[in-house]
Amino acid sequence: MKIHEYQGKEILKTFNVPVPRGQAAFSVDEAVKAAEALGGSVWVVKAQIHAGGRGKGGGVKLARSLEEVRSLAQEILGMQLVTHQTGQEGQKVRRLWIEEGADIKKEFYAGIVIDRNTQTPCLMVSSEGGMDIEEVAAKTPEKIHKVWVDPVSGLSQSQATDAARTIGIPEASHAQAMQVLQGLFKAFWETDASLLEINPLILEGKGTLKALDAKFNFDSNALFRHPEIVALRDLDEEDPAEVEASKYDLSYISLDGNIGCLVNGAGLAMATMDTIKLFGGSPANFLDVGGGATTEKVTAAFKIMLSNEQVKGILINIFGGIMRCDTIAEGVIAAAREVKLSVPLVVRMKGTNEEIGKRLLKESGLPIIPADNMGEAAQKIVDAVATR
Amino acid sequence: MAILIDKDTRVMTQGMTGKTGQFHTKMCRDYAFGKQCFVAGVNPKKAGEIFEDVPVYASVAEAKKQTGANVSVIYVPPAGAAEAIWEAVEANLALVICITEGIPVRDMVMVRDRMRKENRKTLLIGPNCPGVITPDEIKIGIMPGHIHKKGRIGVVSRSGTLTYEAVAQLTELGLGQSSAVGIGGDPVNGLKHRDVLELFNNDPDTDAVVMIGEIGGSDEEDAARWAHDHMKKPVVGFIAGVTAPPGKRMGHAGAIISGGQGTAQEKLAVLEACCIKTTKNPAEIGRLLKSVL
Repeated sequence: MKIHEYQGKEILKTFNVPVPRGQAAFSVDEAVKAAEALGGSVWVVKAQIHAGGRGKGGGVKLARSLEEVRSLAQEILGMQLVTHQTGQEGQKVRRLWIEEGADIKKEFYAGIVIDRNTQTPCLMVSSEGGMDIEEVAAKTPEKIHKVWVDPVSGLSQSQATDAARTIGIPEASHAQAMQVLQGLFKAFWETDASLLEINPLILEGKGTLKALDAKFNFDSNALFRHPEIVALRDLDEEDPAEVEASKYDLSYISLDGNIGCLVNGAGLAMATMDTIKLFGGSPANFLDVGGGATTEKVTAAFKIMLSNEQVKGILINIFGGIMRCDTIAEGVIAAAREVKLSVPLVVRMKGTNEEIGKRLLKESGLPIIPADNMGEAAQKIVDAVATR
Repeated sequence: MAILIDKDTRVMTQGMTGKTGQFHTKMCRDYAFGKQCFVAGVNPKKAGEIFEDVPVYASVAEAKKQTGANVSVIYVPPAGAAEAIWEAVEANLALVICITEGIPVRDMVMVRDRMRKENRKTLLIGPNCPGVITPDEIKIGIMPGHIHKKGRIGVVSRSGTLTYEAVAQLTELGLGQSSAVGIGGDPVNGLKHRDVLELFNNDPDTDAVVMIGEIGGSDEEDAARWAHDHMKKPVVGFIAGVTAPPGKRMGHAGAIISGGQGTAQEKLAVLEACCIKTTKNPAEIGRLLKSVL
């Protein structure tokens, strides 16, 4: 789960990581009032969407007067902000963060993730703040300094100080850098984050460090013990189809093709998408229906897939195993009737009572195309969609 | 001989009295030598009771002491699953297979860290996995037993149903399996592809291995490099997620392309470079394996 920058900064404050003063605004008037309340003569108007690259997309701008705050807020609120992470259609800006201007002397980078190889948290720091860190990692990996952190004792004082020295934070600021990096680690660890990224972490003219940005991703498996983080969820930032699917315990992700697929199991669902592509088609979604392909779940899945106007055909691939194919077939038939399915449907299923399941599909009178294996199923749905 | 488990393995079930644990304990006991293999359940609140002919003990240590069970399978719900793993490790079991899906990553980091620091010898498989099966002998986990056939092909995978798919293809081609191991779809887990390849390499009853991977992490690449230098038997591979978009968690917690790392294309390239034949068509996994025998 992701949250907004301003929400991330609120969390950082509770871990003693300094951030610039600022206020959230949901309207142009609120933005101007926020700037007035903050005082000073320079403000930053920042679009709050969950995607990165907001600055390059025109969603972060500097204002030198209250009038300018007003005009920038008017410009940014409601815009479709396009960044390298949003896709072409962009993301609508519904919230702003008005922040005091910062005296930036130097920009650094700090990020924390779980390193899958060592199975420990890993702090990454770099002198190349403000840049696209993936690009830094690709072009000049030596400029990213990694520190593996003991999950029991946390980031030690010497690790934090060494990290600060390595990326060129001046000696006079080391004591504060230690506090900031230790605070970041605690914030990452105690909130069950899967990613915490500060880009940039700035050094101000007077020598103090501040987190100028804050990006948190949280481990969705751990949300049950963080109601305070679940409360920060912004459904406007999520794909409506994905939100709807999660209500039925379906794992769904929208893609840009035209063949919907409904599969049990994540690995098999990915493999089914890949097979559609291999046979010249293009998958419209990832959908893992989980262990029980019941009528209720299949109906919900059909409705979600068909809410995508691009969908011109559907492929169901169920490896039943323990599940019985006649039960699956009954679910598919009932669901297809309920949604009055009008696009071609190819069904491939495997498991106990396979023959009975196939017979039920055939006798249903519905134009369901049966298939015996994944390759054949993909070929049939690709052909059916092509000839429509 | 097979790897990890056989008909002489004695198993205890942690979380046996819950809905999932109950159902699958019954299925496992009904498979091959299951009735003699599954000898204990663990639940401190139900100690002393008998469940589906299996006695329940208060702790892993007690179950081990009373029955000699040396392997555990875990169906405990996510919030308590890491603690259940640790209890089994602390009792020095030989093998722990954790089926539970949805364990917080932080909990797994803590358990794995403690296992390393205390130099524990217990092998962990999973979490978020279908389990392990040695056909016609013993099945520990949630896979459908009937699609398997005793034989000489090893299978290792991060996925559940995709593994069943591959196993069913092998069985249809008359190629039985020595053992099939699901290592799970979580980012922080126990045995890796590499570890399981090594077990199959040392198993005189395994002739070749199917390795099934997916996007995220670099386990498949590590395994492929290891196989290139050490493997005496042919390995074929399939990687799911060629069409997966970056930055999206594809069902499994560990199936995510992050920072441009962990793509299927990258994994396939490394596998091929390490002389592991791959197919992009999952319906061809069985035939691909047959072609290298």
